[in-house]
Amino acid sequence: MIEREVTIKNRAGLHTRPAATLVKLAAKFKSDFFIAKDGFEINGKSIIGVMTLAAEQGSKLRLRFSGEDEEEMAKAIVDLFERGFDEK
Amino acid sequence: MSSIVKQDQILLKGIPASPGIAIGPVFLYRKQAPQIQEKTISPAEADQEVERLNEAMARSQKELRKILEFAQSKLGDQQARIFEAQLMILEDDVLLQSILRRVREELKNVEFVVENEIGKYHRMMLAAQDEYTRERAHDVEDVKNRILRNLQQEKLVSRLDGSYIIASHSLAAADTLIFSRNDVLGYAMEVGGVTSHSALLARALKIPMVVGLRDITTRLQHGDVMIVDGHNGMVIINPTDESIDEYEKRRERYREFQQRLQVLRDLPAETLDGRRIQLAANIELEEELDSLHLRGGDGIGLFRSETLLLGKEVFPSEDEQYEQYKRLVDAVYPKPVIIRTFDIGGDKMMVHAGKENNPFLGWRGIRVMLAKEELFLDQLRAILRASSRKNVMMMFPMVSHIKEVREAKALVEVAKRDLREHNIPYDEEIKIGIMVEVPSAAVIADDLAREVSFLSIGTNDLIQYLLAVDRTNDIVSDLYQEFHPAVIRFLRRIIERGRSKNVWVGMCGEMAGDPLATVLLVGLGLDEFSVVPSVLPEIKKIIRSIRYEEAKNVAHHVLSLQTEDEIKGYLKEYMREKFPEIPIE
Repeated sequence: MIEREVTIKNRAGLHTRPAATLVKLAAKFKSDFFIAKDGFEINGKSIIGVMTLAAEQGSKLRLRFSGEDEEEMAKAIVDLFERGFDEK
Repeated sequence: MSSIVKQDQILLKGIPASPGIAIGPVFLYRKQAPQIQEKTISPAEADQEVERLNEAMARSQKELRKILEFAQSKLGDQQARIFEAQLMILEDDVLLQSILRRVREELKNVEFVVENEIGKYHRMMLAAQDEYTRERAHDVEDVKNRILRNLQQEKLVSRLDGSYIIASHSLAAADTLIFSRNDVLGYAMEVGGVTSHSALLARALKIPMVVGLRDITTRLQHGDVMIVDGHNGMVIINPTDESIDEYEKRRERYREFQQRLQVLRDLPAETLDGRRIQLAANIELEEELDSLHLRGGDGIGLFRSETLLLGKEVFPSEDEQYEQYKRLVDAVYPKPVIIRTFDIGGDKMMVHAGKENNPFLGWRGIRVMLAKEELFLDQLRAILRASSRKNVMMMFPMVSHIKEVREAKALVEVAKRDLREHNIPYDEEIKIGIMVEVPSAAVIADDLAREVSFLSIGTNDLIQYLLAVDRTNDIVSDLYQEFHPAVIRFLRRIIERGRSKNVWVGMCGEMAGDPLATVLLVGLGLDEFSVVPSVLPEIKKIIRSIRYEEAKNVAHHVLSLQTEDEIKGYLKEYMREKFPEIPIE
């Protein structure tokens, strides 16, 4: 299992469009992926779950990956957060 | 019950949201949450439950795809995004799998699990801090109810046979869209504002709508006959034959009148003695541009740029805004367009902030944009870039201090410098104006006028602030009076102060589009009217039929009166005599 902490960088936060980008990317990997914020955790492969996070700019999230391709998945997902979901 | 007994007609007053007259049977649309019972099932039944869910999901997806497609063709991708989000939730495989798992493990009926599982997310989103997520909670609820409805095999209520007037507590954007695929005659709603999404849609689709009809759904039954008067914001339930006759005649008269007005289209809005008035239109949706051309307006007197934010999750980028402004500006060229910078806050879209006790006296309009300098500069550059053909003006909302105008103008200079550095063309002489909608701005109108090229009076807010009346508050809404003597004297003051500093003074509030006020406003010296496109011809007809000198006398007399009743009584009498063909409430 791998754990990472990320901060939301893009202005709009983890709203619908970035959430969709995140979920689509996560679907490409086999490992399980969970996101925790303020003490509750959701499945990172679920759009409704990610929308529920209401993660605004500056929010800190804990990511948890576990499965056969967890290394690659963690790298790809953290990278997406770093790039601010390629949004302005 | 004897069939001879005729029920009395019931007349209800609301707020006009989309013009026109509709007469017909009522379709009572009750948006009730489906009733869900918790049932225990046998393991053998679980397979059937799973099968039922799969079918319901497939049907729900099909419905939503249709709505999405329809929204895209009617409203453009921008506003169709709400439905895209709903579709994504329907296609969420993790969600689907966890529902299926719970059905098999807990052995509960699928309706109960859907309600419980999606309801969990719904409640979490409702509890969120930010407005955006709370808004999305409605989407989640809509999706949930759609699945439940399909599970219970209920037909889409929107598949109506025949033509109906829709009566409802409220309508979500999706409802308005589905209904418009049928032959909808009109809408009568208990809540909802004139600027609500569904009111915008009704106007774009040219369907009469009255909102703010409080408890109308409790007074109606399916099939009752009703009249919706979208001009005067009134409905009549179970009208007498005489009323139906009267309204059919009115509707016909209105149609004929509209046709006759077509001949006015290419004529200027000029009084008999040669005072030329600018008669422009308030535009919210691109669809309304057609009606502007058809009705012969002098350009756009108010483009509410915050409509760009509808259904959006992020502020549109400079480029995105530029594209939209440019399309609008090119469509109207060479006539002018006044773009009002984002008026957010108050009752409109909020940028993340805590709850305000009194949003109308809070963080809104120019106050927000000055604090969000980067967003403001994006917008200013986008407007400037769209101005390269020299038919654009810009205007700031909610100004209450002269310092705000100076700061905003300084930012315009920054935006101009950015563009110059990149050799991007814009109109160096672009005219800047402000909305006068706060009493303090009205009091210092002459000082403000020195800073700008024009003043545009926003009567809706000005009247609310001046009379200390929230017109959406039923208890005091009758104290909201357009023709309160204080309002009229205030208008005179603003117009005189502005004109004494050689700037023109316009009006873009609802009052500008009220035919009862036209002669008075011309007489007070108003230079520009910006009105909803549907009333353009009437207002033009009135302006073209009077003498400026006579209008001044009317204004002079009105200024001597002491109550709204006296003022309206006098103006109605005057209009009836002079313009018997124009419907005055």
